[in-house]
Parts: sequence; C-alpha cells; structure tokens
Amino acid sequence: MKASEKFIETLLWLAAVITILITVGIIWVLLSGSIPFFQEVSVVDFLTEKEWTPLFAQKHFGILPLVAGTFLTTAIAIAVALPIGLTIAVYLNEYAPGGLKRTIKPILEVLATIPTVVYGFFALTVVTPFLQNFIPGLAGFNALSPGIVMGIMIIPMISSLSEDAISSVPKALKEAAYGMGSTRLQTAFRVMVPAASSGIIVSVILAISRAVGETMIVAIAAGQQPRLTLNPLVPVETITTYIVQVSLGDVPHGSLEYRTIFAAGIVLFIFTFGLNNLSFWIKKKYQEKYD
Amino acid sequence: MTNTTRNRIKDKAFQFFGVFCLLVGLVFLGALLVDIVTRGMGRIDWDFLTSLPSRRASRSGILTAWAGTLWILVLTSLIAFPLGIAAGVYLEEYTKKTKLSSFLEINIANLAGVPSIIYGLLGLEVFVRQMGLGASLLSGALTLSLLILPIVIVTTREALKAVPQTVRQGSFALGATKWQTTWRQVLPASFGGILTGVILALSRAVGEAAPLIVVGALAYVPFVPSSPNDEFTVLPIQIFNWTSRPQAEFLVNAAAAIIMLLFITFLLNGIAVYLRNRQQKKIKW
Repeated sequence: MKASEKFIETLLWLAAVITILITVGIIWVLLSGSIPFFQEVSVVDFLTEKEWTPLFAQKHFGILPLVAGTFLTTAIAIAVALPIGLTIAVYLNEYAPGGLKRTIKPILEVLATIPTVVYGFFALTVVTPFLQNFIPGLAGFNALSPGIVMGIMIIPMISSLSEDAISSVPKALKEAAYGMGSTRLQTAFRVMVPAASSGIIVSVILAISRAVGETMIVAIAAGQQPRLTLNPLVPVETITTYIVQVSLGDVPHGSLEYRTIFAAGIVLFIFTFGLNNLSFWIKKKYQEKYD
Repeated sequence: MTNTTRNRIKDKAFQFFGVFCLLVGLVFLGALLVDIVTRGMGRIDWDFLTSLPSRRASRSGILTAWAGTLWILVLTSLIAFPLGIAAGVYLEEYTKKTKLSSFLEINIANLAGVPSIIYGLLGLEVFVRQMGLGASLLSGALTLSLLILPIVIVTTREALKAVPQTVRQGSFALGATKWQTTWRQVLPASFGGILTGVILALSRAVGEAAPLIVVGALAYVPFVPSSPNDEFTVLPIQIFNWTSRPQAEFLVNAAAAIIMLLFITFLLNGIAVYLRNRQQKKIKW
C-alpha cells in the first residue's frame, strides 16, 4: 500500500477513535469533579439525606430531592407520551389509510424538532395558566405542566419507534389473527403489540432516558426549589435544573458548591447510561426472533 | 348484544381514540405556533433585529443573540463535519468486524444518549478550564460539535451504506485504490444523504441552550462577537433569559425571538427534507 493511503487511513482512524476520547473525557470530568466532593461529603449522606441546600448557609447535600423532582417530571411525561404514542403507532399501522399516514408522520416529527427552550416558554406562559383554571392549587412553577409538555414532545419518539417495531412483525401473524375472526383492535393488542413488545419497551426506555436528561423545559417551568415530594402541583427542582442554576450564578471555581454540579452530573450520567444500555441489551437479546 | 357486535363497537371506539390522540399532538403543535406568532410577530421589526440587548424591554434587540447563533453554526459545522464524516467513513468503509469496531459502535450509540447538559460539563472542564479557551465562541462550538458528532457519524454511515457494492467493485476493477474509490466514487454518490443528516444535526445544535449555559455563555453580551475568542450569547439563551424575567414585556420579546429561532430551525429542517426527497427521486440504483 502506498504511504499516502496509509496516512489517510490513519487520519480516519483518529477521527473514529476521538469518540472514545469523548467518553473517557466525560467520565474523567465527572469523576475528577466529584471525587473531591465525596471527600468532604460522605456518600451515605449524599444518598440518604432528605435536604439539598448546598447554596445556603445551613448546607445539606442529600441528592434525593433532586432525584424526586427528576422522577416526578419524567413519570408525568411518560404517563402522557406512552398511551398517546402507542395508540398513534397502532392507529397508523392498523387503521389509518396510507395517505393520512404519509402526511401525519412528518407533521408529528415537527414536534421533535422544536427547540426545548420554546417548549419551556409555552409550558410556563400558556399551559400552566390554562391548567390553573381547572386545578386551583397549582403553583406558578410546578412539575405537572412541564411534565405534560415534555410528554407531548416525546410522543414522536415513542410513536415512530413503536410503529417500526409493530410493522416489522411478520404479516403472517396478522393474517392468522384476522383469519380467526379477530377485529383490528384484537389483532393489534393481542397479537401485534405483544409480538412487538421488545421494540416498544426499547422506545419507552429511550424516552425515559430523554426525559431524565431534559433540561430547559423543567428549568423554565418547574421551578428551582429542591423538594422531596411526589406532589405535581408545587415547585420542584430536577438534577438538570440544578446544574443550570449553579452555572448561571457566580459560584467560585473549585469550591464545594461548584463541585456539587459534578456530583449531580454523575448521578444523571449513571441514570441515563444505565437506561441506554438496558435498551441496547433488550434490543440485542430479542431482535430478529421471527427471522 | 352479541360478542361480535360488542367487539365491533370496541374496535370503532378505538378508532376514534386513535384520531383523538393524533389530534392531541396536532392541536398542541398548532396552539404553540399560533400563540407564539400572535404574541411575538408585532414585536419583530428592523430595530428588534439590529439592536443590542437593553434593560428596557422595548429597546432590547436580538442582534448579539443571532450573531452568536450564526457564529456557533459556522464554527460547529467546521469542527463537527470533517470529524464526523471521517469517523463515519472509517467505520463504514475501512474497518472489518473487529472488537475495536464493535466497541466503537456501542460507544457512539452511548454518546448519542448522553444528556446535552453533561456535554456542557465536559466543555466547561476541558475547553474552558484545561485548554484555557474561556467562555468563548470556540469553547461553545467545540462543546456542541462533540454533542452532534454521534448524529453526524450515524447519518454518514447510513448514507454510505446506501451506495451499492457494485460502485466500489467497479472502481477497484479499474485499479483505483481504497481512498480513490472512497473519495471519487462513494462520497460523491452519498453526498446528498450525508448533507441531509449533517443539516439535521446542525438544527439540533442551533436549539441547544443547556450545554452553552454550563460552558458559560452569557445572557447579556453588549457587543457583537468579532472573533472565535469572544464571549457570546445565542438565541435560545436570550429566550431563556427573557422568559425568566418577571416583567410581561420581556415575554413579548421572548416570543419574537422564538419566531426567529423557529424560522432558522424549520428552514434547516426544510432544506434537509427537500434534499432527501430530491435524492430519493434522482438516484435509482
């Protein structure tokens, strides 16, 4: 092989290997920021204390309130996105005429292209006041409104991945169900959805991971009050919002308060890393069962 | 009522529920767009586009914000595209199925799932602090480049996969080397597909606020950045800042800035869709 060929191949190889460096960089940054933090704050306190007040005079470093805020907004988002997204997937697959399907899918995809800061604006200034008409106790900042908006944002994620999973189920199964006299509904939910369940579960896990890491919607509309609660009507704070809050303030570099964002970041990273790898594992284990 | 009629009614009921669910998505999207346009459209004029930010809402403009967004767009393209396309070419054209290549694949899939704010922490420590670039446009663009790199790599690979093997074999048969084949045959043939993916990745980068806030982009920048080493703000951060103010006039500003941001996002997506359709029509292997 000519030297120039070899040289180019090395350059391309370097570009590919940079992706490994990014992962190493992320882990290194999170560890080097949070190891000094955990030398001052014990891991047990971090995981079990019920208050998160690193920016106050009376400091407490319990991550649970931030985890609760993240869990609450994510749960609301999935409670909205899963039924609607799955119904849309089934509807488009079994019921909708081809023309409708072709026009509706790109329009739904628009939901996924809108920047999240726009959703945050809409949640705070439109959805929250709208919900306050029906729910008198709803605070101006709350978990409910950003949760719902986040749910609508991830509908296309669940609907398109689930639809792919459902439409890759072999036709013979569907025809057999119809041949036995099933209605479309029975065929969909007793044959197709169970057969596509691994793909649907993967779509839901990826949606959860997305909601856990979502930042701007909750930073704008959910408030900045870490609170160990599952009440969707009061202000809460998510892990991501906390990182934004500290970044906007003027916490001195290298201080304990500054390091809290890396401790919070490592918790966030572990959650999303775990969820993503769970989805890869399910995909690999159950893929191509019918081939 | 027989079992059959009951099942038919359930079937019909689900059909209506399906239409209802579609409407939820569409009505929400419609309401969002109509609300923002009615609130913000009246605020957009030449002054708004060419004024610096100000403490008074009526005198504030988005000049620094959209200039920053433009800078970020250009710099991010310059960094992420060569890198991402090169990595995609390596993984698709050069590697054999080795342990390294499957590890690279898993790793890239993992990177695609890392929340954007974590990239912000990476950028803060590595670019802003260790490399001493400060809270500059360059730091921001480098951070966003890493963020969209997985998307660029994956879409490049998809586009390269669509080029049939016969094209490569024909080129090799004429005595071309691996790189000559890649550079003169495979890349031009897959150019449209790569460009589509790359533009979609850019539209993602344009809307990001969280990683840039962590990197240290400022809400208030009193000048238009003139070099990659300058401090900056971008449209999403300006929107976030105005949305967080208590005064209602700033919300009007935010709505107007959102119109500009959505315009850029939809324009990029529109170009990508157009390119994809044209590509699909033109080439029939």
